[in-house]
Amino acid sequence: MDHQFRNMAYMLFGVWAVLLLTACTDGGWNNPYPTAEADRNILYSSFSERPKHLDPVRSYSSDEYAFIAQIYEPPLQYHFLKRPYVLEPLSATAVPKARYLDADGNWLPAGAPEETIAFSDYEIEIKQGMQYQPHPALARDGQGNYLYHDLTGEEIESLNTLSDFSETGSREVIAEDFVNQIKRLAVPHLHSPIAGLMGEYILGLNAFGKTIEDVYTQLKNEAGLEKPYLDLRPHRIEGVEVVDRHSFRIRLKGKYPQFVYWLAMPFFSPMPWEADAFFSQQGMEKRNITLDWYPFGSGPFMLTENNPNLRMVLSRNPNFHGEQYPSEGEESDKALGLLNDAGAELPFIEKAVYSLEKENIPNWNKFLQGYYDTSGISSDSFDQAVKFSDQGELGLTEPMQEKGINLLTAVTTSMNYMGFNMADPVVGGDTERARLLRQAISVALDFEEYISIFNNGEGITAQSPLPPGIFGNRTGEEGMNPYVYEMSNGKLNRKPLAHAKALMAQAGYPNGKDRETGKPLILYYDTTASGPDDKARLNWFSKQFVKLGIQLVIRATDYNRFREKMRKGTSQIFMWGWNADYPDPENFLFLLYGPNGKMEHGGENAANYSSPRFDALFEKMKNMENGPGRQQIIDEMVAILRRDAPWVFGFHPKAFSLFHSWYKNVKPNLMANNTLKYKRLEPELRQRMRTEWNPPVLWPVITLLVVLVVSAIPAVRICRQHERSAVR
Amino acid sequence: MNMDNLVILWTDALVYLLLVVAIAFGIYASRKEHLRAPWRYVIRSKVGIGTLVVLLFYVVIGLSDSIHFHPPLDEPDKNGEVIYSSEVISLFDQMVSGLRARQEKTYSAPLATHLYAKENIELPDGTTIRDFPRLKYGGAHLQDPEKDWKGDIMALSALGIFKGLVLTLVLSNILLIFLTIRSGCSFEHTARNVLVGRTEIPWCVALAVLGLMLVVFMWSAELATKYHLLGTDKVGEDVFYQSLKSIRTGLLIGTLTTLVMLPAAVLLGIMAGYFRGWVDDVIQYTYTTLNSIPGVLLIAAAILMLQIYMSQHADEFNSLVERADLRLLFLCIILGVTSWTGLCRLLRGEAMKLREVDYVQAATAFGVGHFQIISRHILPNVLHIVLISVVLDFSRLVLAEAVLSYVNIGVDPTMNSWGNMINSARLEMAREPVVWWSLAAAMIFMFTLVLSANLFSDVVRDAFDPRLRSTN
Amino acid sequence: MMAYIIRRVLYAIPILIGVNVLTFMLFFVVNSPDDMARMHLGQKRVNQAVIENWKQERGYNRPLLYNSEAEGVGSITDTVFFQKSVKLFQFDFGSSDSGRDIGYDISQRMWPSLAIAIPVLMVGLLVNISYALLIAFFRATYIDLWSVVLCVVMMSISGLFYIIGGQYLVSKLLHLVPISGYDTGLGAWKFLVLPVIIGVIGSIGAGTRWYRTLFLEEINKDYVRTARAKGLSERVVLFRHVLKNAMIPILTGVVVVLPLLFMGSLITESFFGIPGLGSYTIDAIQRQDFAIVRSMVFLGSVLYILGLLLTDISYTLVDPRVRLS
Repeated sequence: MDHQFRNMAYMLFGVWAVLLLTACTDGGWNNPYPTAEADRNILYSSFSERPKHLDPVRSYSSDEYAFIAQIYEPPLQYHFLKRPYVLEPLSATAVPKARYLDADGNWLPAGAPEETIAFSDYEIEIKQGMQYQPHPALARDGQGNYLYHDLTGEEIESLNTLSDFSETGSREVIAEDFVNQIKRLAVPHLHSPIAGLMGEYILGLNAFGKTIEDVYTQLKNEAGLEKPYLDLRPHRIEGVEVVDRHSFRIRLKGKYPQFVYWLAMPFFSPMPWEADAFFSQQGMEKRNITLDWYPFGSGPFMLTENNPNLRMVLSRNPNFHGEQYPSEGEESDKALGLLNDAGAELPFIEKAVYSLEKENIPNWNKFLQGYYDTSGISSDSFDQAVKFSDQGELGLTEPMQEKGINLLTAVTTSMNYMGFNMADPVVGGDTERARLLRQAISVALDFEEYISIFNNGEGITAQSPLPPGIFGNRTGEEGMNPYVYEMSNGKLNRKPLAHAKALMAQAGYPNGKDRETGKPLILYYDTTASGPDDKARLNWFSKQFVKLGIQLVIRATDYNRFREKMRKGTSQIFMWGWNADYPDPENFLFLLYGPNGKMEHGGENAANYSSPRFDALFEKMKNMENGPGRQQIIDEMVAILRRDAPWVFGFHPKAFSLFHSWYKNVKPNLMANNTLKYKRLEPELRQRMRTEWNPPVLWPVITLLVVLVVSAIPAVRICRQHERSAVR
Repeated sequence: MNMDNLVILWTDALVYLLLVVAIAFGIYASRKEHLRAPWRYVIRSKVGIGTLVVLLFYVVIGLSDSIHFHPPLDEPDKNGEVIYSSEVISLFDQMVSGLRARQEKTYSAPLATHLYAKENIELPDGTTIRDFPRLKYGGAHLQDPEKDWKGDIMALSALGIFKGLVLTLVLSNILLIFLTIRSGCSFEHTARNVLVGRTEIPWCVALAVLGLMLVVFMWSAELATKYHLLGTDKVGEDVFYQSLKSIRTGLLIGTLTTLVMLPAAVLLGIMAGYFRGWVDDVIQYTYTTLNSIPGVLLIAAAILMLQIYMSQHADEFNSLVERADLRLLFLCIILGVTSWTGLCRLLRGEAMKLREVDYVQAATAFGVGHFQIISRHILPNVLHIVLISVVLDFSRLVLAEAVLSYVNIGVDPTMNSWGNMINSARLEMAREPVVWWSLAAAMIFMFTLVLSANLFSDVVRDAFDPRLRSTN
Repeated sequence: MMAYIIRRVLYAIPILIGVNVLTFMLFFVVNSPDDMARMHLGQKRVNQAVIENWKQERGYNRPLLYNSEAEGVGSITDTVFFQKSVKLFQFDFGSSDSGRDIGYDISQRMWPSLAIAIPVLMVGLLVNISYALLIAFFRATYIDLWSVVLCVVMMSISGLFYIIGGQYLVSKLLHLVPISGYDTGLGAWKFLVLPVIIGVIGSIGAGTRWYRTLFLEEINKDYVRTARAKGLSERVVLFRHVLKNAMIPILTGVVVVLPLLFMGSLITESFFGIPGLGSYTIDAIQRQDFAIVRSMVFLGSVLYILGLLLTDISYTLVDPRVRLS
């Protein structure tokens, strides 16, 4: 027994020695990163879920864009500082202007009437001398042959990551690479989410897709492989052509001014043909080495470590062509220090480490300990971080201010609404009765309270489908929804409940009871319920309807089934949201455009709303340039919506983010995703703060050990006695 | 309350079926000496009777929470008919309606008079200050909380404890009178025997535990009417109420699971051991297959399937309560499927042994039917194994519920359960200042139940399996 | 011996087929490949053609269990079930529904799981056995009584509490180890210390009580009494006789769980952000990734059967009286 005790003591001593040793070398014991990195110019952030697709033709969600927007360079980007959002060239030399053609192929002047326009041409000239990141797909030997395009099965078997290749190469980005990417958009087995949409506009894209499908099927049969390499170079899209080494032309059917916004998305970034040739080698996919997982771009960063189970690391691309920090911005930017770096060479940081962090809590705690440079605010940490000042304005709490943490808020370009299914016999339809009912519900649903309870006040109530920052949105009294709000004392206030009750009575439901049958009105609310918080939320909705005497039956389901209901149009009331793809009112108003009806046409108009006047106005507004004329039409459209109330305009959520004092050049930009290159760090400050915030507290552990040892003493004594008596 | 607004949920029906079965078994057991003796041993053990009292408290709350109905709305309709709300509540909800209705805005600490977070408060003169606002209900009767709070808590506690003691005294006297009548001795004599612990059944322990529980009960009842005894959660719901509501879920998981799996396990286990041959092979194959699937994955897959089924047939499950109830039942079934194999294997071995025993051999020789042999000779002789495994499984299942809810494959997220409380509490632990009471409440309630069940099951095992008595 | 092992392996095949059928049924009784496709393709701009394409790519475009269009054997083999199952038996797990190779992921994520599971098992065994021996040494004293009470109390506390409490105390308040995360190589130790300690503490209650019962059973046997009568000291008796003989049930109990260590711990891994197989499984469940769940079920079953086999073999090794037949 003594022997064992001694062993244990040695073991404990060993552990202590190791701990003490690390304590001497390390700033904080709880530093989750290697000690050597402590004072380097590295940004630390987190991601909560493995991004599904990193291939720019497939990727279409913000968590994926957080990575690939730093790597791929589409022709255009949003200006980092200017508001309202403006496009500026990124890999292009200028923002392209559309030129119009009639059906016979003749050029039309700029102001030509829309009916005459059959095609629009966009000619894009790209910058010269841009180079791809070092990549094995471009590695060549002395004769200029590709080194790794013809690997054997065993060679591929031995690979684990892309960095296992010893040689890399690079080459210039040329116009053909952009065209290659547009071709890839249409390739059926790449499943681009915008293939259908772009097929409607880009001339010959659908036909190209069909051809490729046939060619590919044939190729598969001939090669007897599941995924053979398909060389896209011999095939052409009618409407897309290379003009010269540094420019290419896209021809669209009709007029589509919103097209330039798409050119700012990674869908249109350059992709060399070598990429597909390289990644299509048999066996690569088996090793998880695919283009969908290893991005291949020319931007300021490249993905150097790619372990979705642990961390993703973006490092500076040594071949980056260079870009300067913007020197113009909004008025206020100067004072905020956002122009201090004007003209400096981008990017500032050498590396960005994104760790997998599935849970909010560790994420938040590590942020507070200084191990993440920036963090969102989950609802649970909200009170801790943010308070409302005496004037009702948001600010940080004292502990946060003491730490030098900064707060950034921005109203997102999103819309959360409660929709009525217009195909439903009770709440839907163009009858006066249903309209009054919808208006009454619009008044009764107190979204101000909703925001304060369930969104921590992070949001503003919506007066129309258009969020602030989008053209067509109006503020103040002229932006008020007169069916739901009224002005009093110079403030926007929700109409009193009595008004809603009066509307109910007018609609034939006094006190929520059908005038003819005397039975209370029962409505069905479809929702997805998943978390413990939902119970309270659903109760809240029930209470809102009970205010009008309506019994609300909640049909909770999962998201898949919810969408199916939407598709079939079997729901009655539902809550949904929309995030802007690009900052144009068309992207919101099309959610209520009749021919976009979800039930009949499979579009995004989940309310199945259809109003001939609205549809006509929409078609007109869609292709107009921003200006007073467009504003006027939008005003009329919004007025129609407010009266018909197919939606209860819910709210536009606010995005909150916190960042530490050593994190510079932060400005919310809801459109641009490629903002990592603008960020600057002060690693020395960070290092100092981390050490200060994370002193290891040892006394409880020592106390515990002492207690254990002391409590063992009587046992040992008994043991000794025992022993002696046994011997005797 | 009339009958047509009564709602019988699936689990309610099964709970009462279980109750009936338990009572029937009790009557059956009381007639058989070999079953009565071990129970007598349980009752006569100090730990046994003490934990039994604690468990009884839980059971009573669980049972009263298993009678559901639609409460009537306040105003009748035009024809004077009473309209019932679409909401479903239980008898227990009705009894503690105060706890249910007194909802605050958000977090408040146990016994607090103010919210846990500062808010802007508009003063009568129009200015706003930032402070902790008073609670709507908790301690609302106090004029000046800072001054009166302590005294009030003390007074209420004293009152509660006093009430508890009085109640204990009354109950003990009733018991003593009952015992006096039974024994035929004088009252003083019986009382002295009970108090010094000279009775066969350790009544003094039972009374002490009962007294403790009653005092705690009355004390919390007294405080809970004026304050939030265990604070409130994120949306201001009383945590004490949630913990009490979770009792039903915990008990149900622990008992229904066994009830669901028992017939299959007993029948198949005995059949396998008794018939041998291909029957044995088939049954062994079945349970090895089921056993080899990792339990959590099987549960997860089944729960996913149920969710999909429910959303495809959403019209059949209109209320959240029904959905949650079905999910609970399904969880019990699937937990049963994953846990019956152990018992089945034990019974198979036991049946195999019994098959070779003389009297069974004799019965077979006389040409008695298989069914008769199984029900007359084998089943009664393996009952103790069944009982031991039921009791032993109980606490394991209660703990499993919490873990499963954490992974989101447990009971419905809208249902009150300790698992769900812990699940949301782990978010609260990250707050500053920390919100600890949800976690603590769930842990205390769960701990008390599981500890009692563990101790009780030890006694039961000792009672039915004398071989172990010496070592444990 | 060899013949026995081969027979057992053959016996495993029908069980694995059964497991496969069961999981397959569970998933597809109510779920359809269309649902899965929609779930994985996301929400914006999805149409039927895309769904068909997705299904084809992942081999879900065949009938599920029975193909009425194909002839002869084809009606069974040309189905989703057959195609997917055959590959499983070759340990080719295919690619997950989100498109990554499962076999590769498993081989990567196995190590973090083992890095927790093995220390927890070893240290747990050491602590539990030492404690149980200590109790056995002091049997029928107040130390014994209170230790058993302590064990029951520790057993009655939910494992979640140890994890939540431990993480809160050690990482958040005391700043002793990182809150969560993992690193490859030796850098992983600071992430592993806390989960391992918590794992060991969580197992003390049940483990010690179980070993104590084993030891006491052994102590009451005649040979121990004889040994003691010979005048051997209590310490020698405990270590040389009791521990040695109790090792048989202890070892076989350990052997049966050995293979399952690969599966990792669901809760610990997801709580501490350790990228092992446990959190892999949880993620798959939550994302409804059928391909991964099916592979993990299959793997789990294989390991379970392996565990049973190992137990039988270890019985013969430690106790020559047992013969395999």
